[in-house]
Parts: sequence; structure tokens; C-alpha cells
Amino acid sequence: MSELLRVTDVDVTYKGKGLKKDFKALNGVSLDIRAGECVGLVGESGSGKTTLGRAVLGLAPVTAGSITMEGKEIAHASRSQRRELARDIQVVFQDPYSSLNPSMSIEQILAEPMMVRAWTKNDASIRVRELLDSVGLPSDAADRRPKEFSGGQRQRIAIARALALDPKLIVCDEPVSALDLTTQSRVLDLFLEIQQRTGVAYLFISHDLAVVRHLSHRVAVMYKGEIVEWGDAEQVTSNPQHAYTKRLMMAAPVPNPVEQKVRRDERRRLLDAGLI
Amino acid sequence: MSTNVTATKKVKNPSILFKVLRNPMGAFSIAWVLLLVVLSIFAPIISPFDPNKTDIYNTLVAPNAEHWLGTDSAGRDVLARLIYGSQFSLETASVGIAVALFIGVIAGLIAGYFGGWFDTLSNWTTSLIMALPGLVVILAAATVLGSSMWIAMAIFGVLLSPAYFRLVYVQVRAVKAELFVDAAKVSGLGDFRIISRHVLGAVRAPVIIQTGVIASIAIAIQSGLLFLGLGDAKEPSWGSSLADGFKKMYNMPTLLAFPSLVIAITTLALAIFANTLRDEIESVDKGRKKTKAGAAVSNAPAKVEVIVHADVARDAKPKLLDVKDLAIGYPDGNGGVKQVVHGITLDIRKGEVMGLIGESGSGKTQTAFSVLGLLPKGGRLVSGSIVFDGVQLSGATAKDYDAVRGGRIAYIPQEPMSNLDPSFSIGTQLIEPMVKVLKISKREARARAVELLERVGIPNPALTMKKFPHEISGGQAQRVLIAGAVSCNPDLIIADEPTTALDVTVQAEVLDLLRDLQAERHMALLLVTHNFGVVADLCDYLNVMKDGQIVESGNVLEIFQNAKHPYTQSLLNSILEGGPARGAYVAPKGDN
Repeated sequence: MSELLRVTDVDVTYKGKGLKKDFKALNGVSLDIRAGECVGLVGESGSGKTTLGRAVLGLAPVTAGSITMEGKEIAHASRSQRRELARDIQVVFQDPYSSLNPSMSIEQILAEPMMVRAWTKNDASIRVRELLDSVGLPSDAADRRPKEFSGGQRQRIAIARALALDPKLIVCDEPVSALDLTTQSRVLDLFLEIQQRTGVAYLFISHDLAVVRHLSHRVAVMYKGEIVEWGDAEQVTSNPQHAYTKRLMMAAPVPNPVEQKVRRDERRRLLDAGLI
Repeated sequence: MSTNVTATKKVKNPSILFKVLRNPMGAFSIAWVLLLVVLSIFAPIISPFDPNKTDIYNTLVAPNAEHWLGTDSAGRDVLARLIYGSQFSLETASVGIAVALFIGVIAGLIAGYFGGWFDTLSNWTTSLIMALPGLVVILAAATVLGSSMWIAMAIFGVLLSPAYFRLVYVQVRAVKAELFVDAAKVSGLGDFRIISRHVLGAVRAPVIIQTGVIASIAIAIQSGLLFLGLGDAKEPSWGSSLADGFKKMYNMPTLLAFPSLVIAITTLALAIFANTLRDEIESVDKGRKKTKAGAAVSNAPAKVEVIVHADVARDAKPKLLDVKDLAIGYPDGNGGVKQVVHGITLDIRKGEVMGLIGESGSGKTQTAFSVLGLLPKGGRLVSGSIVFDGVQLSGATAKDYDAVRGGRIAYIPQEPMSNLDPSFSIGTQLIEPMVKVLKISKREARARAVELLERVGIPNPALTMKKFPHEISGGQAQRVLIAGAVSCNPDLIIADEPTTALDVTVQAEVLDLLRDLQAERHMALLLVTHNFGVVADLCDYLNVMKDGQIVESGNVLEIFQNAKHPYTQSLLNSILEGGPARGAYVAPKGDN
């Protein structure tokens, strides 16, 4: 069995402060990820897709349901269990500016996960060079600071940090949304290449159907805290069944004036007929 | 895989301390404080006399060769008392600072990082302490606990701890929201390590600055208390010297002048140190050369040949906006100008939607802002002309712009929320420009505003008029801004990434709205974007920008089908829409 992660009926509720009501960000969400698989998670702002990623990482309060990693329950892992899990589950965030501490050198940033595991300075330094090489950055990048790098390069550094301990799963939270078109396609290529080389699995969160389709084996569509459609990437992204997925697909403009006119008219027709 | 890592030279930044020392004010303040520290440590060696040695035959002696600053009413050497006094002043002030630092920083770290009940408790306590009248508390404590300056300064430290608490608390909260703290948690770092690695670094500088200010206050308060008679009168201190001098103010003004001077210079030096440190940390470009008008351009790349796809039908239409050889530059910090747009030429025909596409740093937004006359600080037109419907806009004054901006040229921004003023209602923000530009009554403007909101698809417009920006969603805010942009019947709308901040379903609605409004009102639209889908949906004509130059322009259909420039081709090739899906999952080898 190659199942890696299983999320079953998970709720996440944020407690309201003072007089504010509690906010239920996730409502009975279930999905699974197999070893070496890329599962895309697509939805709009407020759909709960980021919350699901944070729940897997232990950064959001799971109030019901279970999350298992290789059969072990991790939804309520303690700090020391989390420290162990850090070896298996890693993260790449959306914002390549806020996710790297501006006052630290790239070497310090990349060595952080190794520091927790008491690697020797020499071992860590060798590993940092390897990591930089594996994400296509020169090894002299180690001595520099984040501000000397462009958005795409910073995202490569964030990917290198995630790879530091050879994890089995990386939660990628909109990792290419802040990047330019050409940079985006190069970083996506890097994600593909790393997956093929290392067999790491991705939970790939994005608002962009095309990006998710390009990279994912299976896709889950989220809307208002629930998964409304879940299945094979080809199926979900080219022949969606749920009305919301259809609306999402029809809303994305096709980069071709002729085809876009067709899609626009189709979208209006479906909207007028109340079908999406 | 190409990585385009530029081999940036490794420039070691001079340390902040060095920068402060390079600043004359900073150097003075550090030198003065160092001098005081040295004087107080080596007081027994340096001081010419014992500070408590009275000489009743030589009271109130004017400054002379033996007593440099004279003697006081008991015949004690003023200089000796001031030197020994600095020891006492610095030590007691340090006690106050240490107490304030200890309580404030630790409480701020815990409350800011962990939150919870400690957060609530410490914030209440802080508010309570800040509500207490400080001086009264210290004087009251002195009557109960005895008039020891050490105790008084310790209490002073408690009273001032909120200053540190608030500062550290806010900083920690800000750092805690940064993603790198989350990344550290995911890496398995414990709280203690996260605080020492990521949080302390961020609070260090503000705490040092605050200490300068607090030390200055501590010295002043402490001298004030001694002046009022608190503390041991025999112990030499600046405050007691001041009190002594005050009594003999008419006989011997210098007795009052010297301690006052020392106290004043010290408090000033500490405050200046804090200010200089803050300035040096905040300003990166300070001390650089100013750029004068007509300064030389330090980077003018070779002009690229623009690939223009011929469009006969378009050429026949009249030009609304005609931009020729436009170059935009910013000060490069060395007295020259760094260009960001290098002599571009483009035009917009009446009633046309013209797209300007490019990646970040291509200069597309700069171009749009230059037409509006709204370049960010430091930006200027280096050369070229901008003609709008026969009116020359390059070099136009704010008054000239009043005639076109808002009325004939309107603007739709990228971030709808930050472009609505949070302190005014939606209605007010729509009505005022109409009253000014269209010269209609408020009543008429209100009726039009409701009509416009209805037109842009706002449900219940009359109610929305009364709402404030924070009460509506981002998509609605963008609709409001579009209503505002068309309210004065403009001929040209400049839209800077108008749908980038919106969700894709909202984006589709806003694009529909823009297309319909444009067709109804025959306005021209300059659409700045990085998204080919948006271009395909809306634009008639397209200019492709790269590194401050236009590389290709032509009819939208023509460019999508027949792009000639390698850069345009590479952009189009990077598009994922319409590409194949990843394909079926294959389990990794050795795993089943």
C-alpha cells in the first residue's frame, strides 16, 4: 500500500475572540495522498484550501476528524512528535519575501532544520551546497541574504529548505502565485523534476486551475470549507461535474481571443440558465 | 534549466555602529556618554579633589587655576562633585533602565509570542501603570520606604517598563505573523529557539533606541528628584549640585550653570544617540548625492527594434493618446538618473482597448502612471512627449492636469481596498469628484452615484452609498472604483492590473463589466496587465514590454497567432492553459 497521508472528516474551527463568533474554516474534509503523488487543492480565497494545508502541518487547530501520516495519527501531535514529523512533512509558502528571514544568510536559513537535529557544522554546510545545487542555485548563494535574490530565486531557496531533511510530503501553499509567467513555468519544472528524482509527494495548493492541472495527478476543489469535487486531474479540470468547478473553469479567461469569446458566451449562457 | 542568477558583488554593509559614528551628531553623543563612563569609573584618579572635602576659607570661589569650576557654598570643588556625581547619576539611572528593560522586554516577549491569559493580564497591568502619575508615586514611595535614590529609580523603572513592553509586544506580534516563523515551526524548532533566532533579532534595534530615550528621561527625573531634596545630600550628584547652585543663584550664577549644562548635554546626547541610530537604521540612501535636473542617465541600453504588426484599419482611426520616445528615470543615488523606461512610443485610438503586457520590472505601470502625471517620488520624465487629445502633458503642471485628470482621464487601481479612503462613506467618495468635475449639485450627483452603482452591479445601491469601505468585499470595492472612474464620462480610462487582486470568478464579472461599459460609453481603455487571459478577453491592440522597452505591438489576434519577437513567443510558451494534464499516477519504484 502506498498511502502516505489520509485526511478524514476534518473540521477546523477558529475560536472567536470576545464577542466574535467561532469561525469554521474546514467542514468534514477528506482526502488522501499516495507516496510520490501530487494532489492539487484548488479554490478561491476563503475556501479553506490554505487552512487544510496548515492543518496537515500542525499550524491550524483540528477540532474534529483525523489526519494520519503512514497510518500514525498526527492531527493532535505534541511538540516533540511534531519535531519528529518535521523530517517527513515540509512546507513551501506563497510569499517568497515573508518566508525567508531577511536578517539571516541563506546558509543559516537552509541549515535551520538540520540544527534542530544536531548535525555538525561541517555536515550541514555540505548539505546546504547540495541543496542549492539541486534547486539550480550557485553554491556561493549560501553567504548572501534573501534581499539579494529575485522572487523566483527566493522560491528556489524555500524549496531547498523544504528538501533539507528528505521529506516524504511537501505542502506547497500557492508557491508560484507571486511569480512572473516565465519564472513560474521554470519553478513548476523544478517541482516536477524534484518529484521525479526524489519521489516526494506534494499537496499543491493553488487558485489557478491551469497550474494545478499541469502538476497534479489528482485534484480536490474546495468551496466554503468543503471539498466539492475530488478525482483524477484530467477529469476534474477538463470535464468537471460540480457546478462550482464548472463556474471556476468557465471564469478563467483563455489566453486566446477567439477561444475566449467562445468561453465567454458559453459562460454567459450557463449563468443565464442558472447551471453554474 | 536556466536560473539567471546574476553574480552580484558581495558588498559588506558597514555596521550600524559605524554608520552612527560617521554621523557627526552620533559621534558627539557616543563620545560624550563614553567620556562620562570613563570619568565615573576613574573618578578617584581623575578628580582633582575629594568631592566632600570642605574648605570654609574658600567658599564660593570663582573658577580659577586651582578650582577649574570654582567651589560651592561649603568650599567643595565643583568639578570634583560633578565628576563623582556622574558616577552616581549613571549608576542610579542604570538601575532604572535595567528594571524597566527586565520587566518590559520579558513580559513583552511572553505576551506577544504566547498570547493567552498572560497577554490579557499584562496589557491590563500596563494600562494601569501608565495611568499612574509617576512623580507622585515616586515621592509617595520615598516617604514610606525612605529617601533612597536607588529605590526611587527602581520604582521609576517599573513605571517606565510599559514603554518597553508595548514596543516589544508590537514587534513580536509582527514577527510572529511572518511566514518564516511558521517555516521554523514546521522545521521542528522549539519556541525558545524561535524566539532567540527570529524574534530577538527583530526587537534588538528598537529596544536600543528606546533605551537611549529612556536613559535621557531617567537622568532628567533623577536630577529632578535630587534637586527636590530626595536622596542623600552628602552624596555628590548632579541634582544636589543643582540644588546647591539654585540657592546661590544670585551670588554665584556659575554654580547653577555647570550642573545644568552637564545634565542638559547628557540628556541631549542620549536623545540624539537614539534619534541618530533610528535614522541610520531606517534610511538607506542618506548622505547620497542628490540628483539635479538634467543629470546624466547612467543606464541607457541600445534601442531595440520594435516589431510592429501593420494594422491599416486601426491607422485610420484618430489618436486619443500619443506617447513618443517616453523615458522615465529615478535618482540612482550617485547624482545620475537610472532609467526604468527607455524611450517608448505608443498610441491609443479613440474607443479602443489597448493592452500593455509585461512582467514585473518591465516598466508597464511606470508608463501608465506617467500618463496620469502620478509617478512615485523621485520619478521624472527624462525625455519624450505625452499628448492627450492635442494637449501636451509632459511637463504639465498640477493645474494643467486638473483639467484632464478625473474628468477626461480616469484611473482604476490594482488594490481596490487601499484606493478607497476608510474614513469616508462610499457615497461621499463618489459624489465629491462629480460635484467638482461636472459642476453639478450634490443632489444631482447623489442620484447619478446611485444610478452608477446600480449599473456596475452593486445590490441595493442606496444602502451601499452609506457604507464604509471596510463593510464591502474586494470585488464590490473594485466595482465602486469602476463606477467612480466612469462617473465623469472620461475619454480614457487607465486600468492598472484591475483584476489581479480578485478571485477568478469575481475577475470574470469585473471583466464583463469593463467590456460592457467600454462599449456603451465608447471610452478608450489602457489596460496594464501581466495576464494573457485578461488581454484575450478585453483588448483590441497589444504592446508587449520588456525591461523598459516595447518589443512588439499589434492587433491582439495577430500577436496571439503570429508573435514574432522571441520574448513574446517565450511568454506565450509559458502559458499553461490548454496544456495537457499531468497524467496518471505511477507509484514510485520499490513501493507498492
